[in-house]
Amino acid sequence: MWRIHKYAAGLLLVCGTAVAEAGGGDLVTASAQGEQVYARCAGCHSPDRNRAGPMHCGLLGRLSGTVEGFSYSEAMRQAEITWNTETLDAFLEDPTGYVPGTSMGISGISDAGQRQALVAWLSTLTIGSALCPPGAKP
Amino acid sequence: MKPLIKQPQSTALVTQTAQATRRKFLKQSGAVTFSGLAIAMLGGASHAHAAGTSDEAAQQDIRILNTAIAAEHEAVAAYQVGAESGLLSSEVLSVAVAFQGHHKEHVDALVKAVRSLGGTEVEPLAQYQFPVEKLKQQSDVLQFAAGLERGAVSAYAGAIPVFDNRDLAGAAASILADEAMHWAVLRHALGLDPVPGAFFS
Ligand code: HEC
Repeated sequence: MWRIHKYAAGLLLVCGTAVAEAGGGDLVTASAQGEQVYARCAGCHSPDRNRAGPMHCGLLGRLSGTVEGFSYSEAMRQAEITWNTETLDAFLEDPTGYVPGTSMGISGISDAGQRQALVAWLSTLTIGSALCPPGAKP
Repeated sequence: MKPLIKQPQSTALVTQTAQATRRKFLKQSGAVTFSGLAIAMLGGASHAHAAGTSDEAAQQDIRILNTAIAAEHEAVAAYQVGAESGLLSSEVLSVAVAFQGHHKEHVDALVKAVRSLGGTEVEPLAQYQFPVEKLKQQSDVLQFAAGLERGAVSAYAGAIPVFDNRDLAGAAASILADEAMHWAVLRHALGLDPVPGAFFS
């Protein structure tokens, strides 16, 4: 039991700190939660390098299937989606439904709040941000 | 100390299920591809390709398997980096080598499944960009490996519901179980609670 309490307290602390440092705001809280949700992506993705999935630095505003050096599926190369909050939300809810033929064959995130938090966190991965040094530019 | 494994169970399981998938596909495709069926049955694996490519569900399963293979190759390479780092005690090194061996077996099993479905497996990358500059002591290597295993658990948990073939989903679950055990052992070695919760996605 105590472990669960300690964990919950830790989570609160993490979110609290993030909000305090950035001067508050819902988006910051959401993005801190989103970082936790990103654990579900981290088997295949890292912000700054291509792995089983493409890098996520500079994702927002990018055209789908265009990270250099990553071998995309035919479907993703031809999808011509510009990644923004709406398109990411739709893709992450149902990857194989939104881009039939994608090689990101995982079930989506059904919880809209979790998706929102995740997308908020992904939006912080601009080139030049802490996790995305300029060298990470695709 | 090390058990001698003659026929790795997981390999057999995935191969069997992939064959079952092919059988199921052949059954489903019915009269339209009857000649394809006959050829595949007579010719075995080399002809499965012709039959398999027309089936979108099988293609989807091949894509999921190939993404899993890519992640497994990465794990094999990561353990290699850890093993060669010179940072591991002999005891930890032997555990790392054993876990790497499991990941190699996962690759073999998944490759067989892809081939049985008529697909072509992805190759390992020529080079992996690991954060090697951050590996300064044994605990860094353990943490790095634990992160990969935790990620793999999520990846399989995400992939399992998407397999068209339930037997492949079952085989993926058996791999997930193995990687979850790796994760727990690595957390334990790091002095962390080995099983920090009841659910992981
Ligand atoms: C099982 C491995 C795996 C997991 C887990 C995974 N992805 Fe992916 N992801 C991929 C692969 C492979 C691709 C390339 C897809 C293609 O080419 O069809 C991809 C592509 C993407 C893309 C498109 C990127 C681009 O450059 O066009 C986004 C966005 C994305 N993933 C986000 C996520 C997020 C967020 C998560 C966590 C919820 C996640 N992925 C989990 C494997 C994975």
